[in-house]
Amino acid sequence: MIVQNSQTLLEVRGLCASVNGIEILKGLNFTVKRGEVHAIMGPNGSGKSTFAKVLAGHTAYQVTGGEVLFEGKNLLELVPEMRARAGVFLAFQYPIEIPGVGNSQFLRLAYNTVQAERGHDELDPLEFDDLVREKMKLLEMSPEFLERSVNEGFSGGEKKRNEILQMALLEPSLAILDETDSGLDIDALRVVSQGVNHLANKDNAIVLVTHYQRLLNYIVPDYVHVMSAGRIIRTGGKELALELEERGYDWIEAEAEATGAVS
Amino acid sequence: MSTGTALVPERGVLDSLLASLAQTPGHVVPTQSQWLKTLRAQALERVGALTLPTTHDEAWRFTSLAALARQSFHPLRTPTALQPGDIEHLHIEEATTRLVFVDGVHAPQLSSVSSDASLVVGALASRLATQASSIEQHLGQHAAFHDALFAALNTAFLIDAAVLIVPHDTVLATPVHVLFISTQPDVASHPRLLLVAGAGSKVTLIEDYVALHPGAYFTNSVAEVALGANAQVAHVRIQRESQQAFHMASCAVSLGAASRYHSASIALGGQISRLDLKVLQTADAAECALDGLALIGGQQLADTHTFIDHAKPHGVSRQLHKCIVGGAAHAVFNGKVMVRPGAQKTDSAQSSRNLLLTNKALVDTQPQLEIFADDVKCTHGATVGQLDSEEVFYLQSRGLPEAVARKLLTYAFGAEVINRIPVASLRRQLEQTVLEQTTGQP
Repeated sequence: MIVQNSQTLLEVRGLCASVNGIEILKGLNFTVKRGEVHAIMGPNGSGKSTFAKVLAGHTAYQVTGGEVLFEGKNLLELVPEMRARAGVFLAFQYPIEIPGVGNSQFLRLAYNTVQAERGHDELDPLEFDDLVREKMKLLEMSPEFLERSVNEGFSGGEKKRNEILQMALLEPSLAILDETDSGLDIDALRVVSQGVNHLANKDNAIVLVTHYQRLLNYIVPDYVHVMSAGRIIRTGGKELALELEERGYDWIEAEAEATGAVS
Repeated sequence: MSTGTALVPERGVLDSLLASLAQTPGHVVPTQSQWLKTLRAQALERVGALTLPTTHDEAWRFTSLAALARQSFHPLRTPTALQPGDIEHLHIEEATTRLVFVDGVHAPQLSSVSSDASLVVGALASRLATQASSIEQHLGQHAAFHDALFAALNTAFLIDAAVLIVPHDTVLATPVHVLFISTQPDVASHPRLLLVAGAGSKVTLIEDYVALHPGAYFTNSVAEVALGANAQVAHVRIQRESQQAFHMASCAVSLGAASRYHSASIALGGQISRLDLKVLQTADAAECALDGLALIGGQQLADTHTFIDHAKPHGVSRQLHKCIVGGAAHAVFNGKVMVRPGAQKTDSAQSSRNLLLTNKALVDTQPQLEIFADDVKCTHGATVGQLDSEEVFYLQSRGLPEAVARKLLTYAFGAEVINRIPVASLRRQLEQTVLEQTTGQP
């Protein structure tokens, strides 16, 4: 929701980033206020996922220019774990399987690490078990997923639910959902979206990185941005997504090229 | 003609060991049966004929014994008087039967044999009185020593042994813990273990090597395990010797028809350690699963050689061997699977997975398949790698510091093997050990 006089949560100015010497982000500008839901759309290879990973601090990407302020502080100087503790959360497009690490153990470790950073009490395994089971109901997840290794043998939909479960536990102020809708059937999409909507409030913000408009029927964005060749070339309301669905990206890229406009 | 030092057969350490054989005080050598005397004499003859292996021997290509060759060991002179309280921390709570050997000598005051009359367990001398035929039928019959110096040496010293005879169709509800404790540096001991699992029986054995001091000593062990038809044995082997110890071990397993053998071998200690594990399928439809984990750092070398011999049809073997190598340590794995002519319908899968924690860590892995039958299913594979940076990043993105993320992933790598140990308290202990060791790695 757009909240009057809301504070700026994330301010990205002229961000440039490359991987293996190839520039992917080429002067990206992007501002998010508390309470807002943003969708970043764009064709394959436009840099959407790179942007998400750069925000989370993935070391494979080098930031070569620009700045990122999170709650007014320089986010780029923080290592990934400090970004997470500061309230930045990335739901992975392809959540990693970690055989041998129990999901319950992993979730509790992450939860307690972030709680400690915020000056809250850590939970022992029994207390945590109560909490996590409550959160799992929200995502219609069976408690048996606690007994398994992190994401190991999970279906695509189960992995995505497990990502949103982590979001529910860590309560980030900025959640970036990278292609969370990919690989979800309609029921899973509904459940995951309900979970995200339930977690959204006036103090946090959600950035949806997605290729398809479908997700935006369930999680309604305040703003839709179109990314192309490493920049945001158009920003509009939720109706922009419908237009993109209908007309594709070519016309918007052509327009941007004609006017030289970079938002 | 000049000869490189590596080619000179080293006998120094052997001579010290053999001299110690002569020094073994007469009163600890019980009167032995003729067959046992003959066996020992044959073994002694082989010790005299064989030399210490060098890296020119194929089976020792990656494992130099130069550091061992320079040592000199003596037999136990003054036994350490341990009180039961001294070893309480080594107890495994599930095990109601515990056989303890201190510096190679049976310690009845530390042992505890449950009143379960169905199990015949004890030291060799006492068991020979009542179980002579079972023992004679198996002792020294599975662990060949003709070309194996260390097995020959152990057999030449065969004075005492841990003997377990499980009568047919007997199911032991709790594991048997055989604990070999080193209490003194510079001592050589030759632990010997015999497990005879009768037809249809079921038993869990924990073979455990520990030290109560940090010094250098020599453990040269041989275990023989014979499974009757349909018998089931779970064999957990924990090598947690001192970091300076030399540990040479052989384990020979004989599988009867449709028997099932599972071993989990964990190697943690020793400056040089070696395990030769041989499993022979003597009848149809036998199954074995061999799991191994070597977790080493510093300057340690841990070598595991396994040989699974599918000599009969319808056999199944599964093997997962993992090494976690830190510091400048060196892990060696050689896993041979043989499918003999006629061993049709053999189903074998072998996997060697290795994790290097530093740039100086080294692993040599050689899975080997030799197949002489045409209707079989055999797979093998090996991987060597470092921690996956995507996994590390995933954990970091959830707030875990990089060091904790690495530790957790290392632990998880080892946990796959540890989780297969069928003794809960031992799993917990080992998980703790793995966490501590991986924390200590540079």
